[in-house]
Amino acid sequence: MIELSQGDLARIRAHGEATYPEECCGILVGSSEKAADDEGTPLARVARLVGAENTREQENRHNRYLIPPEVILRTEREARAEGLDVVGYYHSHPDHPSRPSDFDRDHAWPGYSYLIVSVREGRARDERSWRLSNDRSRFDEEPIRTPEPPAI
Amino acid sequence: MTVLIQIPTPLRGFADEQAEVAVAAATVGEAMEQLVTRYEGLRPHLFGDDGKLRTFVNLFLNDEDVRYLEREATPINGDATLAIIPSIAGGAVAEPPAAAQSTATELSPEEILRYSRHLIMPEVGSEGQLKLKQAKVLMIGTGGLGSPLGMYLAAAGVGRLGLVDFDVVDESNLHRQLLYSNADVGRPKIDAAVERLREVNPHIELTPHPVLLNSSNALEIFEDYDLIVDGTDNFPTRYLVNDACVLLGKPNVYGSIFRFEGQVSVFWGAEGPCYRCLFAEPPPPGLVPSCAEGGVLGVLPGIIGSLQANEVIKLIIGQGDPLIGRLVLFDALRMSFRELKLRKNPDCPVCSENPTQTELIDYEQFCGVPAVAEEPALNDMIDVTPSQVQSWMNDGRDFSILDVRGPQEYAICRIDGSTLIPVAELEGRLDELDPSKLWVVHCHHGPRSTRATNILRDNGFQQAYNLAGGIDAWAEQVDPSLPRY
Repeated sequence: MIELSQGDLARIRAHGEATYPEECCGILVGSSEKAADDEGTPLARVARLVGAENTREQENRHNRYLIPPEVILRTEREARAEGLDVVGYYHSHPDHPSRPSDFDRDHAWPGYSYLIVSVREGRARDERSWRLSNDRSRFDEEPIRTPEPPAI
Repeated sequence: MTVLIQIPTPLRGFADEQAEVAVAAATVGEAMEQLVTRYEGLRPHLFGDDGKLRTFVNLFLNDEDVRYLEREATPINGDATLAIIPSIAGGAVAEPPAAAQSTATELSPEEILRYSRHLIMPEVGSEGQLKLKQAKVLMIGTGGLGSPLGMYLAAAGVGRLGLVDFDVVDESNLHRQLLYSNADVGRPKIDAAVERLREVNPHIELTPHPVLLNSSNALEIFEDYDLIVDGTDNFPTRYLVNDACVLLGKPNVYGSIFRFEGQVSVFWGAEGPCYRCLFAEPPPPGLVPSCAEGGVLGVLPGIIGSLQANEVIKLIIGQGDPLIGRLVLFDALRMSFRELKLRKNPDCPVCSENPTQTELIDYEQFCGVPAVAEEPALNDMIDVTPSQVQSWMNDGRDFSILDVRGPQEYAICRIDGSTLIPVAELEGRLDELDPSKLWVVHCHHGPRSTRATNILRDNGFQQAYNLAGGIDAWAEQVDPSLPRY
């Protein structure tokens, strides 16, 4: 399960619309917890986003993206200084469904949440979040929770 | 040297929840190997099946990316820290690119009625049916696989269906190629196919390409289509179709059949492996028989071609899991489906990141097929022609005929008085034959009997001769009462 604020979700969708028809991508910083259910489902609680430049060479930018390891290393260190961690990544699929591709699967680790937003004709449509199975054979969808902001 | 390896948070579950693991190693590569030896569960997430570090996994030794040092050979001096950091890469499943270009934006009332059983399913609906209408699919071959493919794709409302074929309908096609009927024998397949498919669905566009597909015309023909379906029966065309699809970034829905077995996959260099990742090189010529040589169960192409049609439709409407990176094997006798996982070959000559082949080549030569189909040359040493043998008969010469085909073929037709010993059994049964006699050896077309005649000559049969052109030439030139197959 992944939990993020409505504001962060809106920012991810806006990021996908802004970079359309190219992909956007970014890092989810937060804490890895266990949900309070019987199975102890992994729960990624997102505290903030780190948007990343899509640094992939121009010709492939519409369907490939890349966050270089230096950026991840730096983000990881900054997060740890706050007692947080990198809990996953988000990216957009311009004009494609919000399910991971085989390419996504070959380039993922279990334990992270991968949130994908489908952007069609410039408008963000649906978003889904995925976790790679431990044997790397498939992505399992996980629920996305956006708790209401506390009433003032 | 002791190196402290920092385990990334998501992978700690595979390393007893530890954040750091200390190992003693002289190089970065050695340290990583020790780590995955100790925690075997980490291995698949760090190393690929080829034993190499996965491309998105990066190593930082004391904060320096080892790619800029000596990679895995980077030495570890003194106490060091090694961080394992992913880089993030990914991508959408590309859909046939031209889906948005077509002008078709609505369905007519007739079309709505015709496709109503599609339209009421949410997975297809009007959106999916319009995608089908906008889609342009090219079928290579209109034979066994092309028959069900063509009929189902036409019936499903694929807006434009291109057909490539250069063959003529033969009576031996009719047991499996349901596009054709008795009256079509002798007609160009493509004419008969277009006629038949127009009857199936008048709402679609049918584009015939009555050409022999080759390296000089393939790219131009493929260009106009979103998706290619391979229903060919020979290796040169199969490699040509694959390579052209990779070069143009188009998906290739592949099917092949032989006797009782079939294969289906979706090869798409942009999204997964291509045919060359699976079979880098063609088999030596003659090793894998064609349907004409080995036979095929008539219903088999019906099954495999339908599976291909299913994959085509899924790719177009963007539903389900396409067969990318998976090869389905079907066995009609055991009635079993098996699935093999396919991986992209990082060194694939056409679809890898650094391809060694960036244009189409001569595929006949690549597959070892002679550039020009040679007339079976008469080998004066051992060959005799049907007319020579006929004159021996008329002259009353004393000779025997050895038939080296299989018993099923013998049951179809035979030359009266011949002895049947299949070529595979010949060496063990030589004692059944008289080496002092004059022998005429034949098979269906000549290759097996040439081999058999050489075996006889090597074993002291001085007067063994091969009937050039086999029983087929005999039936054609001497005895028209024999059925040909």
